[in-house]
Amino acid sequence: MEETLNPIIHTEGLTKCYGAKTAVSNLNLDIYPGEIFGLLGPNGAGKTTTTLMLLGLSEPTSGEAWIDGKNCTREPIEIKKIVGYLPDNVGFYSDMTGRENLHFTGRLNGLPEKVIAERAEQLLEKVGMSQAADQKTGTYSRGMKQRLGVADVLMKDPRVVIMDEPTLGIDPEGMRELMQLIRRLAAEDGRTILISSHQLYQIQQICDRVGLFVEGNLVACGKIDELARSMQREGRYVLETAAFPDDGGFKDLLEKLGNVDSVEREGEFYVVHSRSDAKRELLRRALDAGYTLSHLRQRENDLDEIYHRYFEEAEQEHGSENEKKPKRFAAFARGRE
Amino acid sequence: MEAKMRKNRSALLHLREEGNKRMSGLGALYRKELADHIGSRRFLIVLGLIVLTSYASLYGALSNLSDAVASDSEFIFLKLFTLSGNSIPSFTSFIALLGPFVGLTLGFDAINSERSEGTLNRLVSQPIYRDAVINGKFLAGAAIIGVMVFSMGLFIGAIGLLATGIPPSAEEVGRVLVFLVFTTVYICFWLALAILFSVVCRHAATSAMLGIGLWIFFALFMSLVASMTAGLIYPINDSATVGQVLNNYECQTAINRLSPYYLYSEAVSTIMNPMVRSTNLILPQQLSGAITGYLSLGQSVLLVWPHMTGLLALTAVMFGASYIGFMRKEVRSR
Repeated sequence: MEETLNPIIHTEGLTKCYGAKTAVSNLNLDIYPGEIFGLLGPNGAGKTTTTLMLLGLSEPTSGEAWIDGKNCTREPIEIKKIVGYLPDNVGFYSDMTGRENLHFTGRLNGLPEKVIAERAEQLLEKVGMSQAADQKTGTYSRGMKQRLGVADVLMKDPRVVIMDEPTLGIDPEGMRELMQLIRRLAAEDGRTILISSHQLYQIQQICDRVGLFVEGNLVACGKIDELARSMQREGRYVLETAAFPDDGGFKDLLEKLGNVDSVEREGEFYVVHSRSDAKRELLRRALDAGYTLSHLRQRENDLDEIYHRYFEEAEQEHGSENEKKPKRFAAFARGRE
Repeated sequence: MEAKMRKNRSALLHLREEGNKRMSGLGALYRKELADHIGSRRFLIVLGLIVLTSYASLYGALSNLSDAVASDSEFIFLKLFTLSGNSIPSFTSFIALLGPFVGLTLGFDAINSERSEGTLNRLVSQPIYRDAVINGKFLAGAAIIGVMVFSMGLFIGAIGLLATGIPPSAEEVGRVLVFLVFTTVYICFWLALAILFSVVCRHAATSAMLGIGLWIFFALFMSLVASMTAGLIYPINDSATVGQVLNNYECQTAINRLSPYYLYSEAVSTIMNPMVRSTNLILPQQLSGAITGYLSLGQSVLLVWPHMTGLLALTAVMFGASYIGFMRKEVRSR
């Protein structure tokens, strides 16, 4: 992943207000060519509003955005020529076949018919939809629609691809395929990809960098391991563990470890929050006390944990202004893959 | 100088290119909408309905034609369109009543179905101007309506020709053509109205209900409202003067003419009947010294020119409103 100094997407003080509510506030973001950038945040954090402003579909209240040196608000047509947008819940004309839908998109982009036919064929192949290409899209499953959506976005051969919640409502197998597909788009074709999502696990697997959004503010931005390290520097370690026999004594043992802040029971595991790395000590003590560890995992590299941390901070800052029920991530109540 | 000219020229070329691009988006949308309409079951149902009713009205007209010809043997060809059968309305009144249905059917879900299917935000993220979406939809609908109306007119003419064996005169052909143009504009008004509702309402069902409500109101209740309002403004009692009666009538007509249904019916009956000399009230004194005879086509058209202008203006206003509504609406996913 080579990063040049010139960002392909650049925003300066981008702000959007709906009445009194600020959906996006003062966003400064740089995304570099060939990068997969994850825009993460709970529902209503302002992710979709940001993507709409980048596409010139929504006018910012203040601030400006550029993609490839073109102003997103003033040159929307130029922007739309190089940016492909996959909306969440992508829809197709249900009485047209998948292929016809792609051809139509090609025509809207003013491509010559020959190019359209060739490209549609290639893309259908690429997303593994060749077999269903001549079925009406009304009969497609959600995953098929999503894959056709990816092909549809690629019809214009965009330099930048923006995907809004691409993984929503797709089964694990379909998800894996989609993730591989997205990865290939960046690695093989050198496209820049911006994914907005609230499903942390999937994003973690493929993103080079992430930006965390809370209530319209970008609270953190960087590589996942960088974020994790910065969290460790602040002295936050989270350990997930389980042992046999699973009795009350184990919890006591955990609580007695050095620098432990809290021990919580989450399903089958204990989650240990500590200010230093407690793995070694835990191993030794558990062995001494006659416990067999059946599970031990450091959680700090999870986006989940990172996000949770930043989210808490943001809540504390904003909490006094607007007393709100904390919004939770879908991934917190996750089904493990 | 030359450099300047070259610059101008390249700017012009650029402009033309831009224009072509703009047209390519509009063209693609227009063709797609046209194909959608023609292939849709809904359109076939509408077409079937129109064919059936026109056949029925033609049958009614033909069965009464000989009686009518006995009393007045001029303009027989026009009578195919205007004569009503024993219990079957004439073609023109059928169209006045059912035309709105065609327009509404073609347009009531134009925008909101795109929105609910999630295709609208895919559409507007393509490099086309946003108005191409609504322009394409209106143009495609209007084209369908035009083709439908003119082929219906030709169809009736052809059957009439076969049945009666009397060729139409040039003036009759002219009058029929003006009638068909009027019909197209009239139905386009309803299309524009339906598109407006489809922009305003989130659900296709709501916009369809609104459209149908307005259609029924204009076709059935507008005249009641007009006479009631006129009665309030210019009350008539047993001792009313001629002036009062005249005022009342004029007020009533003026209110009625707000309704596109009335406007169209009045214009069509003027165009299709050369005997009609005025769309307003004429007193016997004004007719004194007038020579009985038919109006020429030009004079008839002159008489309904305001109607044409009014219908076109109504259509433009409806389309303009939906255009503005659509351009201002923020496109979000459903």
